[in-house]
Amino acid sequence: MALLEVENLRIELTTRDGVAPVIDDLSFSLEAGETLSFVGESGCGKSMTALAIMGLLPDKIGRVARGAIRFDGEDLTKASNARLRDIRGNDISMIFQEPMTSLNPVFTIGEQIAEVLREHQGLSRKAAWDQAIELLDAVRIPNAKGRVGDYPFQMSGGQRQRAMIAIALACRPKILIADEPTTALDVTVQAQIFDLLRDLRRQTGTSIIMITHDMGAVAEMAERMIVMYAGRQAEIGPVEQIIDHARHPYTQGLISCVPHIQKELTEDRPELVEVPGIVPSLRDFGQDRCLFASRCKHLTQQCLDKRPPHREFPGGQIADCWHAEAL
Amino acid sequence: MNILRILVTRVFYAAVLLTAVLVLNFSLMHLAPGDVADTISQSMGGADQELLDQIRADYGLDQHFVVQLGRYIGNVLTFDLGFSFFYNQPVTQLILERLPATLLLVISAQLVALIVGVVLGVISAQKPNGIASHFVTFLALFGYSAPVFWTGILLLIAFSLQIQWFPVAGMRDVTIEGGFWVKAVDVAQHLVLPMITLASVFFALYSRLARAAMMEVLGSDYVRTAKAKGLRERTVVYKHALKNALSPVITLAGLQFSAVISGAVLVEAVFSWPGLGTLAFQSIIARDTPTILGILFFSALVVIVGNLLTDLALRLVDPRVGGKK
Repeated sequence: MALLEVENLRIELTTRDGVAPVIDDLSFSLEAGETLSFVGESGCGKSMTALAIMGLLPDKIGRVARGAIRFDGEDLTKASNARLRDIRGNDISMIFQEPMTSLNPVFTIGEQIAEVLREHQGLSRKAAWDQAIELLDAVRIPNAKGRVGDYPFQMSGGQRQRAMIAIALACRPKILIADEPTTALDVTVQAQIFDLLRDLRRQTGTSIIMITHDMGAVAEMAERMIVMYAGRQAEIGPVEQIIDHARHPYTQGLISCVPHIQKELTEDRPELVEVPGIVPSLRDFGQDRCLFASRCKHLTQQCLDKRPPHREFPGGQIADCWHAEAL
Repeated sequence: MNILRILVTRVFYAAVLLTAVLVLNFSLMHLAPGDVADTISQSMGGADQELLDQIRADYGLDQHFVVQLGRYIGNVLTFDLGFSFFYNQPVTQLILERLPATLLLVISAQLVALIVGVVLGVISAQKPNGIASHFVTFLALFGYSAPVFWTGILLLIAFSLQIQWFPVAGMRDVTIEGGFWVKAVDVAQHLVLPMITLASVFFALYSRLARAAMMEVLGSDYVRTAKAKGLRERTVVYKHALKNALSPVITLAGLQFSAVISGAVLVEAVFSWPGLGTLAFQSIIARDTPTILGILFFSALVVIVGNLLTDLALRLVDPRVGGKK
């Protein structure tokens, strides 16, 4: 049994225009120690999936309408609030995109780490504080002992994200969800954070769900990836296999968008392509057709008539496209 | 920067500010037509020029403005605020007798307004469209739009005359005999209505501000982080969110401190509270210049001390204020 199994998940968001399925029939699994990457444009439902796993969908606006999220066999969509609180920050924890605003400005870094340890592991104040110093050291903040009493405003963006990672890993979670952990950081700092995450994963065996729109990060970090489009899974499979031979036109578009650095600047540069068109609006999300059709060059009548099924290929690759075999 | 150095610089600024207040007050009073000689002659039913000059000479009012000002400031430095012609008492003594009553009223009203305002603000921010939230909004609107003397009189009619829970006026019941606690309870009973009256205006401000600040903070990234850490709802709201939402409320409370003091003048009048407000009112009518100047000086002093305390409180709540590091 996989550590996390998401089955036919449907999340509905109540908007002014009515109810929109921001996640529509999503199924995937996550093995222990594995890194799985979510890729897609803004608004495709990556973060919603993460929040649903954490049980943190916005109150009264978002809800799980169908499907199951099974963690160690336990369906989280049916779990009580108290049980979810036990799991959050303890078995499943999350780091967010904005390290500048994700830490509470009026508490010390040490307190924000120690608090989790006291809550979930029942550590004493002293023990939790000492552990916080060790954790800061583990995320490679120099002079951890001297920095533990610092406030977030005294730290740089990269250091804050390290502190966030320390909070998230404090209770040695089984799953770490990283929602665009490096988007707000400098490129050099990005590389350091990825290094750190990779090392920590090796040391702790934590599974990672990494949400990103950076194909380079995916190739570097993850074993398997899920490409999302307009709340639906477009393609799932091993990273290398998909990069080698994507079977969904959207995945192909994303891959060809990545610029390549060339050794010789005089060399002929392959034309940088974009995926034409824009993501459909929330209102159109539920329709029984391929939502990518309006931007697709392989469009046929079939694409407009019916939603494409999950087509399975060898090696665990699944593509939601009527023309997957031909591509 | 450590707290001591901050205190020293702030006290220095306060001294400069107080001197400026003294000079300004004295000049303004001097500019206004009429002086105590006029009042005395009026109360005698009129006096001739000779007598007026005599009175002015007696009180040093015939001297040059600068000389008067210099002498006044020199006296203030030795805590001598002059002599009240109207009350026949040194002004310092007159004010110190009444200052505790005003401070008691002002500080208790400010505290009640702050605590009740913040608690109700937080409750209504958690369910912005709930019944509790609408009720708090209504209460705040009522408190803010009703003039204090009107609220005071309504409370008097309701809780002193109709239901006789609280005494009508004054600060203590002279007929009561007993030890410290008996008297304290007596004063507390007298305090309730004026305190609620004065607090009602400021409660409105604080609850609205606390509600707005709290709603903003509850939607912030770090509150989401706190939830993602698996903390209890109570910890998320009252620890992580509230400490952030407090800063604007404390800032406003500091700014409002002078308003609370001037509000106290009316409330003291309604409830015959024996404080500075009543004294101020009477001495303005009597053109008792030294007393008026003394009261102005003391209210400036109280406001400055209040602002200093606000500053220190802000530093406690928000580490970014002090510019630590």
